[in-house]
Amino acid sequence: MALDATREKTPVANWKLALRGVPWIPAFVLVTMVLVAIFADFIAPHSPTETSLPHKLQPPFWQAGGSTTYLLGTDALGRDVLSRLMFGARYSLIVSLAAIVVGTSFGAALGLIAGYCGGWVDSLIMRATDVMLSLPVILLALLLAVSLGPSFITIIIIVAAVLWARYARIIRGEVLYWKTQDFVALARVAGASGFRIISRHLFPNVLNTLLVLATMQVGWAIIMEGSLSFLGAGVPPPTPSLGSMVSDGRNYIASAWWIAMFPGLAILLIVLSMNLFGDWMRDAFDPKLRQM
Amino acid sequence: MLLEVKDLKTYFHTRRGVVKAVNGVSFTLDAGKTLGLVGESGSGKSITALSLLRLVPEPAGRIAGGEILLDGEDLVKKSAREMRRIRGAKVSMILQDSMMSLNPVYTVGNQVAESIIAHQSIPRGEVHSKVVEMLRLVRIPAPERRAKQYPHEMSGGMRQRVSGAIAFSCQPSLLICDEPTTSLDVTIQAQYLKLLKDIQRETGVAVLFITHDLGVVAKICDDIAVMYAGRIVEMAPAMELLTRPMHPYTEALMKCLPSLDKNVSRLPSIQGAPPTLLQMPPGCSFWPRCPDVRPACKEQYPPFIALNEHHSASCWKLS
Repeated sequence: MALDATREKTPVANWKLALRGVPWIPAFVLVTMVLVAIFADFIAPHSPTETSLPHKLQPPFWQAGGSTTYLLGTDALGRDVLSRLMFGARYSLIVSLAAIVVGTSFGAALGLIAGYCGGWVDSLIMRATDVMLSLPVILLALLLAVSLGPSFITIIIIVAAVLWARYARIIRGEVLYWKTQDFVALARVAGASGFRIISRHLFPNVLNTLLVLATMQVGWAIIMEGSLSFLGAGVPPPTPSLGSMVSDGRNYIASAWWIAMFPGLAILLIVLSMNLFGDWMRDAFDPKLRQM
Repeated sequence: MLLEVKDLKTYFHTRRGVVKAVNGVSFTLDAGKTLGLVGESGSGKSITALSLLRLVPEPAGRIAGGEILLDGEDLVKKSAREMRRIRGAKVSMILQDSMMSLNPVYTVGNQVAESIIAHQSIPRGEVHSKVVEMLRLVRIPAPERRAKQYPHEMSGGMRQRVSGAIAFSCQPSLLICDEPTTSLDVTIQAQYLKLLKDIQRETGVAVLFITHDLGVVAKICDDIAVMYAGRIVEMAPAMELLTRPMHPYTEALMKCLPSLDKNVSRLPSIQGAPPTLLQMPPGCSFWPRCPDVRPACKEQYPPFIALNEHHSASCWKLS
């Protein structure tokens, strides 16, 4: 501590400190995935929706009968699997990130209010999360998807609707801890309003938890989107998403394994990387550990 | 007279009955003076302080009666909105645990600045120099650099000074200190008390000093009120109370202080434990532990008897 106080911190040193311990492989996978998703229009060798029946069910290039025109083969309609993968990653990422943002904001807001207000407000919100958490997720999602009709926005709303309850509950727990701390009492002594205490004193203290939770849940959201698409309640065809690609390949799994395998692998990679990255975030954002 | 508390009663309604945490407390405090509120844990010191700010944890607790006159305005009658304005403008507080008194996610400069912006109208550009000035007021060395640090980068004594800087930047007329030196070691304690005294002399703030440490009280307080089981049992100027305690409880407390010139192997203690506030004995609440019990003690609570103009105590042996 004493040494720390005398050492001036330069921006460069902060940068290096912040980057220390970043899990490079997951970070690399994620950055690649995001870049591919962003620039899919430019790097995809084919259109993701263009069908070419003469070239249907071609295997990846290293298998007999495969060609380098379709590096990862084609599906039953002759669409390029690699191109669909790139665009599929785009839609899956957009859906899951948007759902996380919506679900996190909603859940965190309710959690903050429940924890801070207590009493009947707290009971009401917490009972709502209890109900939410005890509903069978997939059934609820299917029900919503069917009643709202499959679309991009619907999927985001569904995934967010399933997500918010966990955030609300965890954030409420954190708030219950923080609000008993003296600095909150002192803010009240200083005449701060409830809104100010929540926004200025409680929210920044639960932000770390929130960020880490969100990262951890990106993987879950992608799986959720995949499951919905797999069940036919996801992004409407022919727009590719990783889940619907797995679903499309299901019927050919014995004869043309590549159609379902590659999107499945992509989901696995993204989710795994996200979880590893989330682990690192949790440690990196701990204000005590940040100093070391 | 800045603060006048009359017959304040704060009750907590629990499942097992009504707890009279503050049971008819009265005292006055002038600007520039320091009143020490002394007592064991659970004697109602802190709840008295919270009651002054109307921050008793509701709905379990509430102010059941009495008046709190701050600058002649009765705080008990104020609405929540009016109360919020008064708290920020007139009263500040310093608490025991300096770690948790500061928000861990902001730099200390940021937190002092927040208090300054909220309570003083000065242009944005001058806030930083004002922050440094406040940190300098509480004698923090190298304030420019310290302002950029987070609470966990500072020692307990430094953090407690920052708490002081925040409290004083509200420009309060009343400062409530709830055991501010308890978490500090003895040398830092002495420094901190001197600092409080100095700032009080400069700003004329009135201080309500809550502690269980008689040594601290002797250094800083003008007057002392001794609390026992929710009531003030004795009140007097500091020197008089410490040299001529009249109430048996105060006497017993004084005997428990370690002395430098006597060689004792075992410190004396007060027999028994304070009564649980749910089951108060009839009569004087101290009689089960009192070395000098009389028949009257067990029947009726003794009146507050004035021994002279400033010194009074409630005990049957004085009547």
